Amino acid sequence: MKQIALEQPPVKQIRDATAWARLKVNRDWLGFWFMLPAAAILILFLAYPLGLGVWLSFTDARIGRSGTFVGLENYEWLWGDNVFWLSVFNTLLYTTVASTIKFAVGLYLALLLNENLPFKAILRAVVLIPFIVPTVLSAIAFWWIYDAQFSIVSWSLKHLGLIHENINFLGDVWNARWSVIFANIWRGIPFVAITLLAGLQTVSPSLYEAATIDGASAWQRFRYITYPLLTPIIAVVMTFSVLFTFTDFQLIWVLTRGGPVNATHLMATLSYQRAILSGYLGEGSAIATAMIPFLLAAILISWFGLQRRKWQQSENND
Amino acid sequence: MTDALAAKAADPRSVLTGSIADHSEGMSYLETLPRRLVTVYLPLSIIMLVLLFPFYWMLLTSIKPDDQLLEMDKVSPFWTTAPTLKHFYNLLFETNYPLWLWNTMFVAMSATIVSIIASVLAAYAIVRLRYRGAAWVGGAIFLAYLIPPSILFIPLSTVVFQYGLFDTPFALILTYPTILIPFSTWLLMGYFKTIPFELEECALIDGANRWQILTRIVLPLAVPGLISAFIFCFTLCWNEFIYALTFLSTTSHKTVPVAIVNEFVDGDIYRWGSLMAGAVAGSLPLVILYAFFVEHYVAAMTGAVKE
Repeated sequence: MKQIALEQPPVKQIRDATAWARLKVNRDWLGFWFMLPAAAILILFLAYPLGLGVWLSFTDARIGRSGTFVGLENYEWLWGDNVFWLSVFNTLLYTTVASTIKFAVGLYLALLLNENLPFKAILRAVVLIPFIVPTVLSAIAFWWIYDAQFSIVSWSLKHLGLIHENINFLGDVWNARWSVIFANIWRGIPFVAITLLAGLQTVSPSLYEAATIDGASAWQRFRYITYPLLTPIIAVVMTFSVLFTFTDFQLIWVLTRGGPVNATHLMATLSYQRAILSGYLGEGSAIATAMIPFLLAAILISWFGLQRRKWQQSENND
Repeated sequence: MTDALAAKAADPRSVLTGSIADHSEGMSYLETLPRRLVTVYLPLSIIMLVLLFPFYWMLLTSIKPDDQLLEMDKVSPFWTTAPTLKHFYNLLFETNYPLWLWNTMFVAMSATIVSIIASVLAAYAIVRLRYRGAAWVGGAIFLAYLIPPSILFIPLSTVVFQYGLFDTPFALILTYPTILIPFSTWLLMGYFKTIPFELEECALIDGANRWQILTRIVLPLAVPGLISAFIFCFTLCWNEFIYALTFLSTTSHKTVPVAIVNEFVDGDIYRWGSLMAGAVAGSLPLVILYAFFVEHYVAAMTGAVKE
């Protein structure tokens, strides 16, 4: 190209211009510049810290002191640490119970909201409010509701004659667990309900009419029409729900800070306590890194959910 | 089914008003009113009651005078006979609350704007420039969306310290986008896909470059998507807790959620009034914003899980 350009000077200018113009419309070149801001932030503050976190978990870093490589020492230490295993148990319990109930009640609420109701739009808008209000602030409201002496729940139950002593919501091991789980369910239901409702509205009523004529019961209509058609969206919604429940931090931190006697410590709160409050960055990172396999499992499930969805699509609607 | 869903999501209003695909009225006329009372209205009212009670309680506590707060036997605790704005007054004039509110607003606004600009460019490039590996990058961004702050805050705190950002608003303004960019890029990719290719081709033939296409054709058509992304990002920022808790230490730099948890919680038995007033004042801006943009909000939420 250069050879030709030298031989034919008049053409050279045009050729040069074309090369620059070509670069200007080159997809890869333009794509690079368009991606630059997002990529810079995500690499500097997401990918790099993710790798750094795994690295820190193999060191004995503390706050204000960069650590040296200690191999699996942190993990070995955690392996024999009862509090860590308790936090794993709590996290699994919290995630399983809360996600299951969120899904069940969320789906039920979505089905209810899908009925013909008066003030439908307002009802649906109101349902989402728990999701809008910052978690910390609603958690503080729950903290007050769960107060050991002045709990409105204890007061009401006492006046109904159901109990005689105040319930010690956050001071007793199992009470505390159920209390934080309830608060989490309360916070999560609107998200599940509204997203599933969006899915429900794509199901044509004719299908239900046809099934009813064929003699299907309400349960059969749900099981053989609603559920199969909703599966893809359920897969995605539940992945998010499980993911965010599993890594929850705010609710616990406001309500119990992991107490009483570590009964509500989740892996996230324990890693905060060990890494930031006690300063053992290495150990905290090891706890955070131990969450990754669980997250990967959730992501894989989501991925298969999405694949299944692609497979259901008749055409590629890219 | 997916196409119908996509069409739905493109019209956010439908989720709220619930217009159904073929405009048939369904089979609800087959059910009698008493039956509907038990199967629909009763469970619905119970769920709504539980969902809304904490807010009622929050609001009520914030306007109760201190003596009625803890005296539950003389006056029924479910309402108050002497509402007072004392707690709000204390909050606004005797604490740093306005400053914290301003910090939150500033951080949320800046982080959202940074994220939206980065996401618009990235989403356009992935969907329409389709450079080599665009599909792969799209997948990676979805994965980034699934990485929670709880596993990042420890290494991020050392990174923030190294970059000299610790205890400055920039620590949050630069780290919040890691949560927001994946989400809004994903959302905007969905919106950009719905804009017909032909419009861009026409502009290209008329000699527009990519930047002109983006600013003059794609963005004006994607305004609903931009609003959705903006509102959702803003809410996420306002809600964020763990980064703000870890990266800020000076009281006057804190954001509302962190400040309430750390500064208001003392041994005072009468703290509940001001705590609840703080919670109400911290939620109100978001609730007002939400009230104006419900449809966009719902579109963002359902758009995030779609595809």
